[in-house]
Amino acid sequence: MDLSSINPILLLASLMVAATPIMLAAIGELVVERAGVLNLGVEGMTITGAVCGFVVAVATSSPWLGFLGAAIGGAVLSLIFGILTQLFLSNQVATGLALTLFGLGLSALMGQGYIGIKAPEFPDWYIPLLGDIPVIGPIVFQHDPMVYVGLAIVAGVWAFLKYSRAGLILRAVGENHEAAHALGYHVVRVRMLAIMFGGACAGLGGAYLSLVRVPQWTEGMTAGAGWIALAIVVFASWRPGRLLLGAYLFGGVTVLQLNLQAAGAAIGVEYLSMAPYLATIAVLVIMRAGRAPGSLGQSFHASR
Amino acid sequence: MTMKTILAGATLALGLATGAAAQDTTTVGFVYVGPIGDGGWTYEHNKGRLAVEEHFGDAVETVFVESVPEGADAERVMTQMALQGADLIFTTSFGYMDQTIAVAEKFPDVRFEHATGYKRADNVSTYSARFYEGRAVQGHIAGQMTESNIIGYIASFPIPEVIRGINSAYLHAQEVNPDVEFKIIWAYTWFDPAKEAEAANVLIEQGADVILQHTDSTAPQAAAQAAGNVVTFGQASDMSEFAPFPRVSSIIDDWAPYYIARTQAVIDGTWESTDTWDGIGPGMVGIGEITDAVPADIKASAEDLVERLRTGEYHAFTGPINKQDGSAWLADGEIADDGTLAGMDFYVEGLTGDIPQ
Repeated sequence: MDLSSINPILLLASLMVAATPIMLAAIGELVVERAGVLNLGVEGMTITGAVCGFVVAVATSSPWLGFLGAAIGGAVLSLIFGILTQLFLSNQVATGLALTLFGLGLSALMGQGYIGIKAPEFPDWYIPLLGDIPVIGPIVFQHDPMVYVGLAIVAGVWAFLKYSRAGLILRAVGENHEAAHALGYHVVRVRMLAIMFGGACAGLGGAYLSLVRVPQWTEGMTAGAGWIALAIVVFASWRPGRLLLGAYLFGGVTVLQLNLQAAGAAIGVEYLSMAPYLATIAVLVIMRAGRAPGSLGQSFHASR
Repeated sequence: MTMKTILAGATLALGLATGAAAQDTTTVGFVYVGPIGDGGWTYEHNKGRLAVEEHFGDAVETVFVESVPEGADAERVMTQMALQGADLIFTTSFGYMDQTIAVAEKFPDVRFEHATGYKRADNVSTYSARFYEGRAVQGHIAGQMTESNIIGYIASFPIPEVIRGINSAYLHAQEVNPDVEFKIIWAYTWFDPAKEAEAANVLIEQGADVILQHTDSTAPQAAAQAAGNVVTFGQASDMSEFAPFPRVSSIIDDWAPYYIARTQAVIDGTWESTDTWDGIGPGMVGIGEITDAVPADIKASAEDLVERLRTGEYHAFTGPINKQDGSAWLADGEIADDGTLAGMDFYVEGLTGDIPQ
C-alpha cells in the first residue's frame, strides 16, 4: 500500500464536491421534517430534478437555467406529495415511497432521448486571493459555484430556523400542529411551502449529479443519493450544523474508498461503504429520545 | 352468446394468430445489461440486433429488454421471452450465465447464446471476443503516451475477462515503458456513470494521465476531457464523440456478423451448441481509428501490432511471462493456451495489489 500517493488536499477538495448533492437533498428534507412532514420521496425528487435539469440545460445551453428547471421540477413533483398528504390526508410513509417509485419511472421516461448527450460546461470558479491561500485555497475556494450555493442554503436554513419569526412558526407547526393551529397559524399552508422547498432542494441535488458531477444523464443515476440524504437528516438530529458534518462524512467515505483502492490498500472496501450507516445507527442509539419534531409524520386536519 | 364463449373464441383466435406468426418468422431475443444508449457495450450489441433486422427483413423479428440486472430478474426476463415464442435468445452479459443455463433447461426447444461465459448445454452456446488483443494495443499506446508513468484502470468485476484485459494492457505497456505503473479501481459495476466518473477523477488526482476503462459508459471520457491532459480509449464502442482527444483509439465490439450467422443457422436448422472466441482476425474485435493526438511513430508501431495480431503472427500472451508472485507461467516463446486464458485468475509480474475475492 502506498498511502503517499493520496494527496490530502485533493482528497478534501473532492470530498466537498462529493458531499454537495447529498447535502442539498438533505437540507431540503430537514426543513420538511422540521415542519412535521416525513417525505420519503427524496430519491424520486432527486432523480426527477436530475433529468429536468439536464433537459433544460441541454435545451438552453445554460447550466444555470438547468438548475432552475431542476428546482422547479423537484418542487412540482413534491407538490403531488403535498396535495395527497396535506389535503387528502393520505399516509405520509406510503405516499413518500410511492413518490420515489413514480419519480424513478417518470425520470426514465423523460430522459429517453437524452442518453449519451453531453451537458453544457459548468466551469469551476477560481476565487481570486482566497483561492491562492496555500492548502485552504485549493480545498475550499476553487470549486464550481453550486458548491457555494449549497453551503449558502445550509447557512440560510440555519439562520431561518434559529432567528426568523417564520422559522419559529415552522418549528411550532412541526412540534405540535394542534397548538400551532390554535394560535392561528395555517398549518397546511406552512407545510405545503416546506414540502415544495424540500422538493426544490432535492431537485438541485439531482441536477448537480447530472450537470456537474457526471455530467451525463442515465437512468437511475442518483443511485440512492436520496436515501442517504434521509439518513443524514436523522444523523444530524434535525440540525443544519450537524447536517453539514453528516454530508461530509457520507460524501467523504465514497471518495476515500476509491482513493484507498487506487493506492492499493488492503482494507475491504465493503467495510468503508458500511461505515456511515453504522455511524447513523450509533447516533440513533446514543441520541436522547424525543429529538425528532413532535408531530413528525402525523396528518393534520383543522376539524380535530 | 355468453361472455365466456366470446372470451374463449378471442383467446383461440389470438392463439392461432400468434401460432401462425411463429411459423413464418424467426424471433430473436436480446437481453441487455445496460440501456441501449450507453454508448458502449450494450449500444454495440444493439447495433448487432439492428444489423440482424436489416439483413433478414420480415423473415426475422427481434425483441429486446434493456437494463436487466444480473440476477433473479434476468431469469424472469428470459423466461418471458421464451414464453413469447423467441427461437433464439442472446444474453449479453457475463452475470447472466447461471440464469441462462437455468432457463435453457426449462425450454429445450429454444436456443440460447450467452456472451463471455463458459457454461454450455445442448441448447446453450457461448461466444466472446478476444478483447485482450485490443487491450494489448491500448497498453502499447498508453505506455508511450504517459508522462507520469501512472496508468489508471477502471475495472468492473474480478472475473477472468477483466483480469485478462489488465494483464494484456500491462504487459504491452511495460514492454515499451519499463517504469510504467498501474493503479486499478474495482468499480463493481458494468454501468454506473456517477461511480465511473468518481473513479476516473480519483485516478487522475493520484497522478494517472492515461485512463483505461472496462466499464461501459462515457463518463470517464468526460472526466478526462475536463481534466484536460488525460488520454483515454473508447471501450466496447468507438466513443468517437471524444476524439481526437482525450479518446485516442478504441476497442470496438462488432457482433453483427456473428448474430447474423447464428440467426441464419436457426432458420436453416443447422444451429449447434458451440463455443466461439474470435479476435481481431475474424473482425469481432475492431480497433478504432488512432487519432493524430498520438505521435506518428507510436501510431505506426501500434498499427503494426494490430496487423501482427490480425494475421496471428503474434499472440498477445507470448512468453516469457511470470505470474505476480514471480513464479514462471510461460517460457520464452511459449503461447498461452485458451483454457488458461479463459479461467485467468492471477496478475502477471509487475502489477501491484491483489485481485479482490
